[in-house]
Amino acid sequence: MTQTVVNKIAVSEKYTSLFQVNRELLDEGSSPLLNRMRDVAIKRFEKVGVPGFKNEDYKYTNLERVFDKEYRPVFQYEKVDVDLNEVFRCDVPQLNTFTVLLINGWFYARNQQLSGLPDGVVAGSLAQLANERPELVQDYLNRQAGLSDDPLVALNTAFAKDGFFLYVPDHVVIEKPIQVINLMRSEDAVFATQRNLIIIGKNSQAKVIFCDHTLSACDFLVNNVTEVFVGRDAVVDVYTIQSQSNNANTVNSSFFKQAENSNLLTGTATLHGGLIRNNLKVSMDGEHAEAKVLGMSFTDKRQHVDNFTNIEHNKAHCLSNQLYKNVLDEDSVGAFTGRIHVARDAQKTNAFQRNNNVLLTDSAKMNTKPQLIIDADDVKCSHGATVGQIDEEALFYLRARGINEPDARLMLMNAFAHEVIQEIRVEPLRDRIDELVDKRLRGELARCHSCDRS
Amino acid sequence: MLTIKNLKVAVEGMEILKGINLDIKPGEVHAIMGPNGSGKSTLGNVLAGKENYEVLEGEVSFLGEDLLELAAEERAKKGLFLSFQYPVEIPGVPMVNFLKTSLNEHRKYKGLEPLTAGEFLKLMREKKEMLHLDSQLTNRSVNEGFSGGEKKKNEIFQMALLEPKLAILDETDSGLDIDALKIVAEGVNALKSPERSTIVITHYQRLLDYIVPDFVHVLYKGRIVKSAGKELALELEEKGYDWIKKELA
Ligand SMILES: Nc1ncnc2c1ncn2[C@@H]1O[C@H](COP(=O)(O)OP(=O)(O)OP(=O)(O)O)[C@@H](O)[C@H]1O
Ligand SMILES: [Mg+2]
Repeated sequence: MTQTVVNKIAVSEKYTSLFQVNRELLDEGSSPLLNRMRDVAIKRFEKVGVPGFKNEDYKYTNLERVFDKEYRPVFQYEKVDVDLNEVFRCDVPQLNTFTVLLINGWFYARNQQLSGLPDGVVAGSLAQLANERPELVQDYLNRQAGLSDDPLVALNTAFAKDGFFLYVPDHVVIEKPIQVINLMRSEDAVFATQRNLIIIGKNSQAKVIFCDHTLSACDFLVNNVTEVFVGRDAVVDVYTIQSQSNNANTVNSSFFKQAENSNLLTGTATLHGGLIRNNLKVSMDGEHAEAKVLGMSFTDKRQHVDNFTNIEHNKAHCLSNQLYKNVLDEDSVGAFTGRIHVARDAQKTNAFQRNNNVLLTDSAKMNTKPQLIIDADDVKCSHGATVGQIDEEALFYLRARGINEPDARLMLMNAFAHEVIQEIRVEPLRDRIDELVDKRLRGELARCHSCDRS
Repeated sequence: MLTIKNLKVAVEGMEILKGINLDIKPGEVHAIMGPNGSGKSTLGNVLAGKENYEVLEGEVSFLGEDLLELAAEERAKKGLFLSFQYPVEIPGVPMVNFLKTSLNEHRKYKGLEPLTAGEFLKLMREKKEMLHLDSQLTNRSVNEGFSGGEKKKNEIFQMALLEPKLAILDETDSGLDIDALKIVAEGVNALKSPERSTIVITHYQRLLDYIVPDFVHVLYKGRIVKSAGKELALELEEKGYDWIKKELA
C-alpha cells in the first residue's frame, strides 16, 4: 500500500469518527427531516472517502491536503460576541437587497427582520424552518443532493444542521435581490457545513446573491451544499461571490433542477480564497428550459480554483450556455471541467460551453477539460477552450496610444472579464462586480483580513 | 524632427530593414511607397516601439532624443503617432474609455489637467463631425466589428484627438471609399502646420493628390532605393516598380 492510500484512509476516518462521536449532537435540535438522512449519507461518504487525485472527478484538485488539517467542527450555533450587522464591512458594497447573515454555516441569531417580502415568501434559517414548516421542506430537501455520488455532498448531508432557506410560492415576483452573506469568523481553525435550500414556485421570480467572506484569517474548511428548485415558467438568478482569505478552503456544491420553460442564470465570481472547488449541476427536467451558467476567477499567489460543471439535458428543446473565464497570476492553479450530458430523448437540445483562460506568468497553470456525452441525435452542442497570454497586438495598440503598460494590461484583463460580467442581469450588481474585478486586478481589493500566509 | 541613420532591423531572425536613412524636418510630408513586403509597415512599427523587432544597427532620433530607448507609450506621448495598416479589434474595451485614457495620458505628460467629462464629449463630438464618423462607433468596443473603412477613419479620428507632432499613416487610404478618402485627407491636412510632420505610406498616387508630399521615397527590399519630389509618385503610378528594379540590377 502506498503512502497516499494510507493517508487517505486516515483522513476519511477522521470525518467518519467525527460523525460517530457527535451523532447525538448532530440530531439535537434538528428536524427529523435532516436527521433521517444522516446515516445513509455517512455510509456514502465512507465508501469513497475524501477524494484524492485518483478520483476522476477530482483529478485536478487534491482535497486530502486541506481535509487533513485539524479543525474544530461547529455542530451547534455559537453565540457571536459582536454585532455582525456592525462588524461586517466588506468590499462588496451594499446593494439595495434583502440581507441575511450566516456565521460559520449557521443562520445568524441577530439577523434583522426581513420586511417587505411578498406574502407567502418564507426566508430564514433552514434549521428553524425545517422544524416549524416541515411541509415546505420535506418534498425538496436532499431530492437533488441525495442522488449525487460525490462523497463531499454526502458528508454535507451527514453533518447538515443549518443554512439558508427560501421558499417562494407560485406566481410571486421578488424584485429586490436577496443577499446571503456567509461569514467565517473564529479564533481557531473551523470546519463548517452549510446547507441551503431554495424553492421557487411556478411562474415566480427571484434573485439570490451569495457572498462568501472571512472575518478572520484562520484556517477554514467549508463544505456547502445548495439545492435550488426552479418551478415551471420561473425566472431565477443565483450569483455567488467568493472573497475569502487565502487560508479558507471551500467546497461548494450547487444543484439546480429546472422545470418546463424555466429560466436560470447562475454565476460564480472567485476573487480571493485558498482552495476552492465549485461543483455545479443543472438538471433540465422540463422542456424549453434555459440555463446560463457563468464563472470567472482571478487568482494569484498559490490559490487553487476548480470549477466542475455538469449540465444534464434530460428533456427536449432546452438551451444551456456555459461561459467560464479565468485570469491566473503568479503560482495559482485553475481547473475547469465542463460536462454536458444530453439524454436519449432530449432532442433539439442546444448546449454550448466555452472556457477561456489567461495565464499571466509561466508558473500559473490551467487544466481545462470538456466532457460531452450525447445520447440524442438531433442536438446542437459546442465547446471551446483556450489557454493563452495577454494579446500582444492589442497591448501594443493601447501603448501606441500613450497608455502605459500596466494600465493597458488592466484594460485588457477587465475587457476579458467583462464578457462574463455583462451577462449579469441585476444591473447594480453588474456595476459593482465590474468595480470589484477592476480592484481585484489592480491588487487593491483587500482581503477581509490581510494576514494571509499563502 | 526625425532622423534615421543606417537602421537595420530583424524580425524572427530575418533581416527586414537593411539600412534605412531618412531625415524629416518639421512641417514636411514624406511619402513612402514600395512593393508589398518591402518593409514599410516594419519601419512604422519599429518607430512606434513594437517590441518583437530586433534593432541590429543604426540610430533614430526624434525631437533630439534617442527614440529607440523609449517605450512605445513614451513615444506616443512625445508626439509620435502610428495609424495602423491593420487596426486590431479589442473586444470589451469601450472606445470611450480607451480614448479618454489615451487623451488624458497625453495631457498628463504635458502637465495639463485631465479633461472633464463634458469637455471630453465636446471634443469627441467635434472631431467625429469633422471626419463624418458614425457617432455610434464610439459606443462600441475598440474597432470591434468596424468595417475596413471605419477602422481607418477611427485611426485618423484618434490622430485628430491626440494632435501628434509626427504622424505615420500606414496605408490609411486602403479600404476607404472615394468620399471618405477626401474627408480623411482633409482631417490630416487640418493638422498641418510648420511644426508637424507626416509620413504617408501608400501604394497609390490618389491619396497624394490630397496630402501633397514634399518627398517621395521608394522602399525596396529593406532599403530606400529612390527619393525624389512628388512627381515620382505619378511616375510610379504610370510605370510600376519594374524600371526601378531594373535600375538597381
Ligand atoms: N512578425 C513577423 N514575422 C515574420 N515575418 C515578418 C513579420 N513581420 C513582417 N515580416 C516580413 O517582413 C517583410 C516586410 O513586411 P512589411 O509588413 O513591413 O511589408 P510592407 O512593405 O508593409 O508590405 P505591404 O505593402 O504588403 O503592406 C515581409 O516579408 C513580411 O512577411
Ligand atoms: Mg504594410
